[in-house]
Amino acid sequence: MFTFTIRRLILTVPTLLFISFVIFMIVKLSPSDPTGNLPLTIPSEVREQIREALGVNKPLIVQYGLWLKQFFWLEPRIYLEHAFGWDMGTAGEVRLISYQTRSPVMELIMQRMPQTLMVVGTAYLVGTLIALPIGIISAYKQYSVFDQLGTLVSMIGFSVPPFFSGVLVIVLFSVMIPSDSFFWLPSIYDTTHEVTDWESFKYQFRQMIMPVMVLALQITAQISRFTRASMLDNLNQDYVRTARAKGLKEQTVVLVHVLRNSMIPVVTVIALGIPSIFGGAIITEQVFKVNGLGQLLIIAIQGGDVPTVQTLTFIFAILIVLFNLIADVLYGILDPRIRYD
Amino acid sequence: MPDGPAPVLEAVLDVRDLKTVFKTRSGEVHAVNDVSFDVRPGELLGVVGESGSGKSVTMMSLIGLLPSPPADIRGGQVLLDGLDLLQADADTLRRVRGGRIGFIFQDPMTSLNPVFNVGYQIMEPLRTHMGMTKAQARLRAAELLELVGIPDANRRLKDYPHQFSGGMRQRVMIAIALACDPQVLIADEPTTALDVTIQAQILELVKELREKLGMAIIWITHDLGVIAGIADRVMVMYGGQVVEQAPTRELFNNPQHPYTRALLQTIPSVRGERPEKLNVIEGQPPILGAAPTACPFRARCGYRFDRCDTENPSRISAGNGHDAACFYDFDAGGPRNAG
Repeated sequence: MFTFTIRRLILTVPTLLFISFVIFMIVKLSPSDPTGNLPLTIPSEVREQIREALGVNKPLIVQYGLWLKQFFWLEPRIYLEHAFGWDMGTAGEVRLISYQTRSPVMELIMQRMPQTLMVVGTAYLVGTLIALPIGIISAYKQYSVFDQLGTLVSMIGFSVPPFFSGVLVIVLFSVMIPSDSFFWLPSIYDTTHEVTDWESFKYQFRQMIMPVMVLALQITAQISRFTRASMLDNLNQDYVRTARAKGLKEQTVVLVHVLRNSMIPVVTVIALGIPSIFGGAIITEQVFKVNGLGQLLIIAIQGGDVPTVQTLTFIFAILIVLFNLIADVLYGILDPRIRYD
Repeated sequence: MPDGPAPVLEAVLDVRDLKTVFKTRSGEVHAVNDVSFDVRPGELLGVVGESGSGKSVTMMSLIGLLPSPPADIRGGQVLLDGLDLLQADADTLRRVRGGRIGFIFQDPMTSLNPVFNVGYQIMEPLRTHMGMTKAQARLRAAELLELVGIPDANRRLKDYPHQFSGGMRQRVMIAIALACDPQVLIADEPTTALDVTIQAQILELVKELREKLGMAIIWITHDLGVIAGIADRVMVMYGGQVVEQAPTRELFNNPQHPYTRALLQTIPSVRGERPEKLNVIEGQPPILGAAPTACPFRARCGYRFDRCDTENPSRISAGNGHDAACFYDFDAGGPRNAG
C-alpha cells in the first residue's frame, strides 16, 4: 500500500503539469484584455505600459514558466515564512498579482477560503450525515413508505437547481416571514460577522441555515441514492444469510456485515466529492452573497482576471487529483481483497 | 454404506406437517407441502431430490431463515427437543440459529463475509451465544480451525476469506456452524460447489466430526453417491413433499417410489458396459400454484393410473423403517387397494 501511494504521488507530478499547461493555454486563448475594465480616459500608451508591467506581452512559454515558478516555488515559501517566521529570501520577489485588485492572488484565495469551507463544508457534512441513515433504511425497507419518501426527496434534490431552491427558501424564510419572527432567516450571508459569544453564534447559525439547506439537499440526494443502491447490492448476498444463520442480531447483520461492505464504494464517492466543496458552490454562494471561492471565480471570470482564474482552476484540479488518490487508498484500506502492491 | 444406529434415541428434531408458501406477483407457490421427518442424535439424514424439490426451502423454514414476505409458513410443528420453533419468538429463534442448529451452505466462495477475517467470523457466534470474551473466543476459534483440519490455525485466524481456497473456506464454514456445539447441523449441498477430491475430504471430515461430536446431521444433496457414502437414513423429496424415506441400504436395495427408482437409474455406472447415453428423468418438477390434490410426480411417472390424478398419496409404511408415498405396490406389481 505504501509503495503504491508513493508511486501514485509521483505520478501526480506529470499529471498536474499537463493540467496546468492546458489550463494556462485555454485561459490565454480567451480574447480578454487585463486593461479592458479600466476607465476609457486612460490613453493607449499607458494601457500598453500596464500590459508590459503585468508581463502579458512576453512569449507564452515564458509566462507559463513564471506562473509555475510563482505557484510552486515562491508562494509556498511565503506561507512558510508567515507560519514559522523564517526568512526564506522572498522579499522583493514579484508575487502572482490579480489584474483586478492588484493584490496577490493567493491572498485573495486565503481570504475567501474560510467562508467557503464554513458554508459548503458544513453542507457537505450535514448532507452526508443525513444521507447515510436515509440510504440504509431505504434499502432495508425497500418499497416502504419511508423508501418512497426518500426517493421523492432525492428526485427533488437531483432535479431542482440551487438557483431555484435558493430563491425559493429566501422567499419563504426572508420575505414571507416577518423579520421579527423566530423563523425569519437572513438572506444575505454576512462575512464580517464574528462569533464572540452565544448571541453572535446564534446569528452565525441562523445565517448558515439557508445556504447549508440548499446545498445539503443536493448532496443528500446523491449520497443517499448511492448508499441505498450499495446496500441493496449487499443485502441479498450469501454472506448475509450466513450471518443470520449464525444467529446474530438483525441489527448486527445489517449495521456490521452489510454496512461494512456497502460503505466501500460510498466512502470513495464521498471522498471524490470533497474537492467540489472548494469549487462547487458557485451558484449558491452567489444567491446568498457568500463571498467565498465560487464567487471569487465568477468575479475573476467577468473581469478577465487571468491569474486568478487560472490559479483557482488549477487549485481545483490539484484537489481533484489528490482526492482521487485518497479515494483509491481508502478503497484499498476498506476492502481486504484489494492489494495494490 | 454404514448401518443406521438402533432407533432407540428420542428424536432431537421432529418436523410435522410443515407447509411453506411463497407469495409472488403471479400467485402463490406451494414450495413445502406437509413435510414430516425427524432426526435423532448422532444420525445423519440425507435429503435428496432434484433442484426445486423443496429441500433447501424446508430446511430454511425450520429456523426462520426465509425472508417473509414472500415466504409464509402456513402450518406445522418443528420441535427441537420439545421446543416448537414455529411458535417461538424471534429472539428465541435467533438464539437457536447458530447456537443449537448450525448451518452450512452450498457456495463457500460467497458465504463468508469478504471484509472480515475468518477469526472474527468464527468468534461472532461464540460471543453472541456463549457469552465468551474476546480472548476466550479466539482460543476456541483456533481450536475449531484445527478441528476442521486447517493447519497453522492461530496465524490463519487473521486471514481473510479470499486468502483461502474453496475447500478451506468450506472448512471455515463448518467451523462456524460447529462453534457452539449444535445439536443439529444442517448442510445444504455443502460439497456441490467443490471439486471431487475436495468433496471427498469434506465428506471424510464430516463423518469424523459426527463421531467425535455426536450431533445430528441433515445433509441436503442431489448427489446419490454422496448419500450412499455417509447417510444413515435417506429422505427423498419431490414437489415439496417427502415421497420416500428409508434407511440408506434399504432405500438403495428396495426403492418403493417410482421417482426414487428413476433417480437411482440416473446414476452413471463406472463398472460394466457403458450405456449409450445417460439415463434422465424426462420433464420438469412441477411448480405448485396450490396445495397438491394429486400425486405431484404423476406427469413423469411410468406407473400412473386413475387414482394418481385424483388423490395425493400419503406415506405408506413398507416395514423396516421404510415408507413411500405411492399408490403402486412394487412388491405386488400392481396398484394398491384404495383406502
